[in-house]
Amino acid sequence: MFAVLLEQTADGQRYIDWLLSGLGWTLTLAFFGWWIAFIVGVVVGIGRTVQNRAVAVLARLYVEIFRNIPVLVQMFLWYFVLPELLPASLGNAIKQIPPPWGSFFPALVCLGLYTAARIAEQVRAGIEALPKGQIEAASALGLSGYRTYRHVIVPQALRLIIPSLTSEVMGIYKNTSVALTIGLMELTAQARQISEATFQTFTAFGAATLVYLALALIAYQGMALIDRAVRIPGTGRAEDVKPAATRDAQQLDSLPDAMEIVK
Amino acid sequence: MNSLDFSIVLQAWPYLWSGLLFSLALTAVAFVVGLVLGTGLALVQHFEMPVIGKLVRGYVALMRSIPLILVLFWFFFLVPIVLGHLGGSGRPVPIGATWTAFITFGLFEAAYYSEIIRVGLRAVNRGQFEACQALALSTFDTYRSVILPQVLRVASPIILSQTIILFQDTSLVYVLSLTDLLGAASKLAQLNGRLVEMYLVIAVVYLAISSAASQGVALLRKRYAIARR
Repeated sequence: MFAVLLEQTADGQRYIDWLLSGLGWTLTLAFFGWWIAFIVGVVVGIGRTVQNRAVAVLARLYVEIFRNIPVLVQMFLWYFVLPELLPASLGNAIKQIPPPWGSFFPALVCLGLYTAARIAEQVRAGIEALPKGQIEAASALGLSGYRTYRHVIVPQALRLIIPSLTSEVMGIYKNTSVALTIGLMELTAQARQISEATFQTFTAFGAATLVYLALALIAYQGMALIDRAVRIPGTGRAEDVKPAATRDAQQLDSLPDAMEIVK
Repeated sequence: MNSLDFSIVLQAWPYLWSGLLFSLALTAVAFVVGLVLGTGLALVQHFEMPVIGKLVRGYVALMRSIPLILVLFWFFFLVPIVLGHLGGSGRPVPIGATWTAFITFGLFEAAYYSEIIRVGLRAVNRGQFEACQALALSTFDTYRSVILPQVLRVASPIILSQTIILFQDTSLVYVLSLTDLLGAASKLAQLNGRLVEMYLVIAVVYLAISSAASQGVALLRKRYAIARR
């Protein structure tokens, strides 16, 4: 049924080339968006936990705003609204960026900052899950606030939250599809284009679905691999140590962060 | 750029309001259908029914692995064909974008709710089942009167958080050219050219509704935490 993908398109390529180019954009967007999200997310997440009230309020505000506006609306704000609000010369310069970069960069910023708000909440949860003794021990050793975070808190917190970051990784590659609304020809957009060109809707969407499934599997396995590699020795998986009843109850507690994200 | 003129939004408000009502209706229907169906899917997996249990697992995994926009495209294409076969004529029955949206969101959210409930079911203490057995309750009565009420109660904050995300996701029906809140704003923006004002205003509306709802859920979570053993 996938034979149609090898047929010639009107522009001299094969349909599978369209699909691959779409996959390329999806992966590029997800990859670079992830690093923006991770860096901003860690900074904001730390900001949520510090004593300084102004910083904490700003970080909270960031999370509230970016988490409570639909990602599609944010996409439109970056793509349509931002160039209008900037000074005319700069705004026009942005509008002149040739396609596909004119859609790619707003999508990148949008997905990066949107996902950052979610990662920030995970980082905060990770930091708050650490025993108080860690901070107390660090200050007993005379470490400054910065060094306490740099060498004690953040490394441990990041290692703790890797399992729950899996759903963020899966979330960002799925959200790349939203970029089709501002004209980026990523995987879903290409699948739709193939379906419109060939009327083989089943094949076109089926191929895209298989690719997304493969990506989900890779993301899941990759994160599991990283988790095993950097897990804090001795903490282990909750499953290994605790009796079944507590384990399940605990899993339910960890659900809100792990579940609510992935679309 | 020209100065912002928000009076245009006042004129547009009735149309935006009808869009918002559609978004809320879609959220409500998807919530009810998704929760009922999701509970069913969770129970099928919980009982480890042969064959159908595996199928349901596959369905849930599939829904959670592909983007909602692609799911919307799939259903827009598939539902008429399936209905055609069910109707016996074999010819596709066009149902339009609105029905597609309601069906898709109901079925899609069912997968997410079922995951929440499935984990909730596993968290119920064994003693609850044993006590039901000792009281000679039937399996149906056990789940209806003892197990499910507890699961729904424990999982309610998570279910509600998921529903807030569902509300935000309804904006994706934009790809089916429907007139939800975002769709209304974008159609007006094309007519009057004031897209900056339109998109800013609906962003604020989404923000206000979602953060008010999240605060509510946080409150609920806090109150519930006290009642807990």
